[in-house]
Amino acid sequence: MIWETFPHEADVGVRGIGATLADAFAGAATAMTSAICDPARVVPKDAVVVACTAPDEEMLLVDWLNALVYEMATRRMLFSRFEVSIEDHSLRAIVWGEPVDVARHQPAAEVKGASFCELAVNREPDGRWLAQCVVDV
Amino acid sequence: MDLKHLRQRGPFEWLLPAAGRMRVPGVIFASRELVEAMDEKVREQVANVASLPGIVAASYAMPDAHWGYGFPIGGVAAFDPDEGGVVSAGGVGFDISCGVRTLHTGLKLADIEAQKARLADRLFARIPAGIGSTGGVHLDPAGMAAMLRGGARWAVAEGYGSEADLALIEEFGSVAGADPGAVSDQAKKRQRDEMGTLGSGNHYLEVQVVSEIFDDAAAEAYGLAPGDVVVSLHCGSRGLGHQIGTDFLREMALAAPAAGISLPDRELACAPLKSALGIRYLGAMRAAINCALANRQILTHLARQAFAEVFPGVRLPLLYDVSHNTCKEETHTVDGSKRRLFVHRKGATRAFGPGHAELPHQYSRAGQPVLIGGSMGTASYVLAGAAGTEERAFGSACHGAGRAMSRHEAVRRWHGRAVVDELEARGILIRSSSSRGVAEEAPLAYKDVTAVVDASAHAGLAGKVARLSPVICVKG
Repeated sequence: MIWETFPHEADVGVRGIGATLADAFAGAATAMTSAICDPARVVPKDAVVVACTAPDEEMLLVDWLNALVYEMATRRMLFSRFEVSIEDHSLRAIVWGEPVDVARHQPAAEVKGASFCELAVNREPDGRWLAQCVVDV
Repeated sequence: MDLKHLRQRGPFEWLLPAAGRMRVPGVIFASRELVEAMDEKVREQVANVASLPGIVAASYAMPDAHWGYGFPIGGVAAFDPDEGGVVSAGGVGFDISCGVRTLHTGLKLADIEAQKARLADRLFARIPAGIGSTGGVHLDPAGMAAMLRGGARWAVAEGYGSEADLALIEEFGSVAGADPGAVSDQAKKRQRDEMGTLGSGNHYLEVQVVSEIFDDAAAEAYGLAPGDVVVSLHCGSRGLGHQIGTDFLREMALAAPAAGISLPDRELACAPLKSALGIRYLGAMRAAINCALANRQILTHLARQAFAEVFPGVRLPLLYDVSHNTCKEETHTVDGSKRRLFVHRKGATRAFGPGHAELPHQYSRAGQPVLIGGSMGTASYVLAGAAGTEERAFGSACHGAGRAMSRHEAVRRWHGRAVVDELEARGILIRSSSSRGVAEEAPLAYKDVTAVVDASAHAGLAGKVARLSPVICVKG
């Protein structure tokens, strides 16, 4: 699974690439954490269950990232490990992370929400899945 | 942006003729240099907004326009409910009613020099800032509903500030028509511990000094003189507004086809103003505006407490409070007739000119104060809504500098500690818990705000009144 951010003039694009759709979604989630802080600094010690359903795969990616934004905001946590399963546009995931530790995590900017901007979920010519969108920070 | 698509109408005004799906033309207010520096995406987004149902006159872009989501940031568009007009969650954005509030201190720069570090420390201790921070105000369901209906008026009744503050806030501190019932439980839960918090990213509280006056009469009306110390804070509706944006973007994008709306970009998600969904969004969005006004009112109270610890007896009255991500119901004259329109300003500031009925009486001759944030190392500006601006862009002007480079690139170029040291050597104290956050917000990561405000002035949107230079900056 590969994750990366890509530039947007005002905000940050997040992208995951993986052998499966679920891997690509996990990568996009890791990329979103990287927009906030270094994911390697987030200890995956507490688990949270996330589930969402959408009419199509693109909307499912937005819903997935927004579900994580909600969990981060209300639990005051950061996440670094994502076990995702997807079936028929329904996603269920167990995500691991820990409460925000400002001194250790050095969080730069909070993600306000995932947008439809540069939103894409598709299968690349090499068979791998790509999932991406811009998140508002 | 390639100028070949545009027709120049004046030194600071460019027309994008209506073509294809566009119902009205686009108009960009900027210098040639600023337009040339804009991304092609801005033109695409101005054209997409021009294709929405019920749009009136034109799709406008302010001098600081840049690539946003659906609407460009710096985009202004008005819609008529009687012509099938829409309200767009994408056209307001996630940070509903993000804005700037400026306070007088009655102090001169010389008065604070010796106490600057202590003041910076007290402000940093008092103002909850950054990810994971929580406010001191925790609302139960009844308190939440009262806050969402009352805005800054609620905050004053709760003891945060005084009645005098309310006269100097857009809508006098409380927008009508807020519907707490239209706000999701998730949005309310996100806000439960976030009242009176600054946020992170480009949000800040700054102590500034008036470093130059450009318009003596307006400066006098606004109570500004060279050397005056003021406080400006930039923040919005926090988690509640972000969640309302998320909720309604999704719902409007999915409902658009059934409403007969073909979206050129899903991020333009919108609903007819007269539809049940449109009415529900207006109620929720207005509740978020009130949340932002209440939040800035509580932060004002905290800033006053910090100042009082260092300068006993000092008062911090408001200069003004503006919001720059909103949709507001306003009356405008179009082709000689008065119409009730819903004006979206996405990264754009309301800028009513002299004599407008909604201005506080003391600013009636000067025009509305327009508060423009810069970067933490450069400058902010106070502008005044120009005469005739209502005819040019529904009474709107720019909102800030806009980023010159991505956050990733800024972190690659600078280290937070070095940015703090360099600014301190120039007399600007930074207080932030995140070194990376400071690097991402480094002054050179932003465009030159001076070029943007100059273009706003030359385009006849808002005239320059004063420049504010940073002295202390508290970041999330």
